[in-house]
Amino acid sequence: MDAKINQLIDKNNLSDFVYLDHAASTPMRAQAIEAMAPFMDNVYANPSGSHRFARIARKAIDEARDDVAEALGCKPGEVVFTSGGTEGDNATIFGAIRRKGGIAVCSVAEHHAVLHCVEILNGRTVQVDATGVIDVKALESLLQDPQISGQVNVVSVMAVNNEVGSISPLRRVAKVVRANAPTAVLHTDAVQATCWQDLREISPLVDVLTVSAHKFGGPKGMGITMQRIGLDIQPLLVGGGQERDRRSGTHNVGGIVATAAALRATDQSRLTEVVRVTKLRDALVDSVLSELDDVIETVPRENRVPGIAHLCIAGCESEAVLFLLDEAMICASAASACASGAMEPSHVLSAMGVDPKYSLGSLRMSLGHTTTSRDIDRATTALVSAIRQLRRTKVAVR
Amino acid sequence: MKVLVAMSGGVDSSVAAAELVNQGHHVVGVTLRLWGGESDTGCCSVSDVDDARRVAQQLNIDHLVFNFSDDFNKHVVAPYVQAHVDGITPNPCIECNRHIKFDRLSERARILGFDAVATGHHAQITRATQGTYRLTRGHDELKDQSYVVYMLDQAELAYTMFPVGHLTKAQVRDRAVALGLRTATKPDSQDVCFISRTGGREVFLGNRIEFRRADVVTTDGAQAGSVDALELVTIGQRKGLGLPGGGPKQYVVDVDTPNARVVIGNEDQLLRTGLAVRNVTWANQAPSCGEKVLVQCSAHGAALPATVRCLDPLVLRFDAAQRRIAPGQSVVCYDITNSFVLGGGIADAAEPLTI
Repeated sequence: MDAKINQLIDKNNLSDFVYLDHAASTPMRAQAIEAMAPFMDNVYANPSGSHRFARIARKAIDEARDDVAEALGCKPGEVVFTSGGTEGDNATIFGAIRRKGGIAVCSVAEHHAVLHCVEILNGRTVQVDATGVIDVKALESLLQDPQISGQVNVVSVMAVNNEVGSISPLRRVAKVVRANAPTAVLHTDAVQATCWQDLREISPLVDVLTVSAHKFGGPKGMGITMQRIGLDIQPLLVGGGQERDRRSGTHNVGGIVATAAALRATDQSRLTEVVRVTKLRDALVDSVLSELDDVIETVPRENRVPGIAHLCIAGCESEAVLFLLDEAMICASAASACASGAMEPSHVLSAMGVDPKYSLGSLRMSLGHTTTSRDIDRATTALVSAIRQLRRTKVAVR
Repeated sequence: MKVLVAMSGGVDSSVAAAELVNQGHHVVGVTLRLWGGESDTGCCSVSDVDDARRVAQQLNIDHLVFNFSDDFNKHVVAPYVQAHVDGITPNPCIECNRHIKFDRLSERARILGFDAVATGHHAQITRATQGTYRLTRGHDELKDQSYVVYMLDQAELAYTMFPVGHLTKAQVRDRAVALGLRTATKPDSQDVCFISRTGGREVFLGNRIEFRRADVVTTDGAQAGSVDALELVTIGQRKGLGLPGGGPKQYVVDVDTPNARVVIGNEDQLLRTGLAVRNVTWANQAPSCGEKVLVQCSAHGAALPATVRCLDPLVLRFDAAQRRIAPGQSVVCYDITNSFVLGGGIADAAEPLTI
């Protein structure tokens, strides 16, 4: 590794961090790193080649594809390896409309990788309720609207909201879409679901499902799209047609192999992780709420994935909270950050109708496979003291 | 001390950060994201944030980005647009210093436990014999920016540092070169950061307000020409008034917004000895009535001798008649030796009745 980067890591004593930003990216799993290593080293052949060396790489991809299909509950031929969740979302929405025309529909609380596609295509958005979940009745009315009825060709509804963690009622969504827009492609961005929900229960409901490897312990720059065979979607990337013409580009062999290994490990440990992480998350939120007034848990626990603790803190600003947590070696997040690194006001919280008094102080702490109870204790102490400092000095400064 | 240094991605604030590190302070750099709209002036752009971050990395200090775009829109951009509707010539950079850098940012710094805020302004903070703080002109006369930070009071001066104020611009660049900072040869920013260089003020305002066509009349009321956008006319302006060529030079001497008229006259009719100033703040104590001061009415204008005639409202009488100061411009009083800021305010649209 670059000597300078090593110095920086030493200075910041990386091992002493409390990392509660797993929804942004979770550490790679040991199985993934191990699986990937040979392809970063001596197995360098292009898997599309026609020699024995290429065949080794090809076999690794084929096996990875089988493993992924098993975890997604789909056929191997429905698995497309991509560069990540953003590519999967873009390719599906643009691809469906470019091929068939018509209108794209999504919820207003989608990740920008979906929302911006729909906006660019002048599509329609559907309101969410106070917990960030799509209003299925509103979706139904929209699809039945005589002005657009029959023209909707893609509907995209996220499985789990990336900011607040609420779980979408995909079964009801699917029912409404199939009944009212039977020819539309139904897509779900399941990026935040993979660690916590069995994708075999989600995939039968939809035509296309996208996930991102680095959210479940795979490498960055890798994603998986499950795409039903025969769907009319124009590829975003054309060229060598490596992924059965649905996506071109030389296979990222190491990335694919590592993604499959990470998904397998995630799938195998999911049941116990859900129980373990729920306990940690609840302990974190409960102790913060018991120590402080005027802090709200943004969405109810019943309908939220275990990994996300989302709080809204009155009398504090997210950037200030994050700074003090950072000083205390706690890594957390607020809303989505733009290219400059600045915090943007959350479109999710505003769609949910959260009072700005609270939404200005939003904080997401996301847990994952490396989170321990010691992390939770340290984070609780640091957060409580940060909020007390901000509220105290704010009064003094004003 | 723990110092939060505002880093714009320019050479002055880069060297300011370096100076603080060199002095042994615990330094954290911050770049403000202020403008979410499109602009090609480079300010607030991702590339400027990149420059600031890369300099911070070179200096081995932490770098943050704060998003103050809501406040910037509320306190700088919206009033800038409204001022043009009201026939006033605003100075958005000064309002940004007043409301963003030395209010919002310094408040945030205090809340986060910093001991001071620093910027790359060419101004100096010195101590008077009685221990009070003085906002003193920057060492480099040509680059002095004390005018744009005139609103700092004792509390803000005590909390602010200008680490390059004692250097010339050439020295700043030399230090940046010596440190190998990537911003060493970056040109100074000249424009209003939220207005694109290609479209300019006209396009920016045209997208936000309806321009009014206005008659151009002489001081006697005779029609002389017309303009398409009353909102773009400034007192003292000579061009773009639809006037026939030849004859004595004609200037805008008044913008009559309620009646949508631009009044022109010769240079004599533009001259004033009295000036009323509103929203006045003083760095320390207000001067007394009858006190002699030097008055500067633009960023790099000369400081002209005047007498304080009245303090509430502030009325100044210039020793020699001057071209009328456009309402909305900042008027800054310096001590008679022209070395430090006494205070200042905004030129009022209403002219003083008695001087």
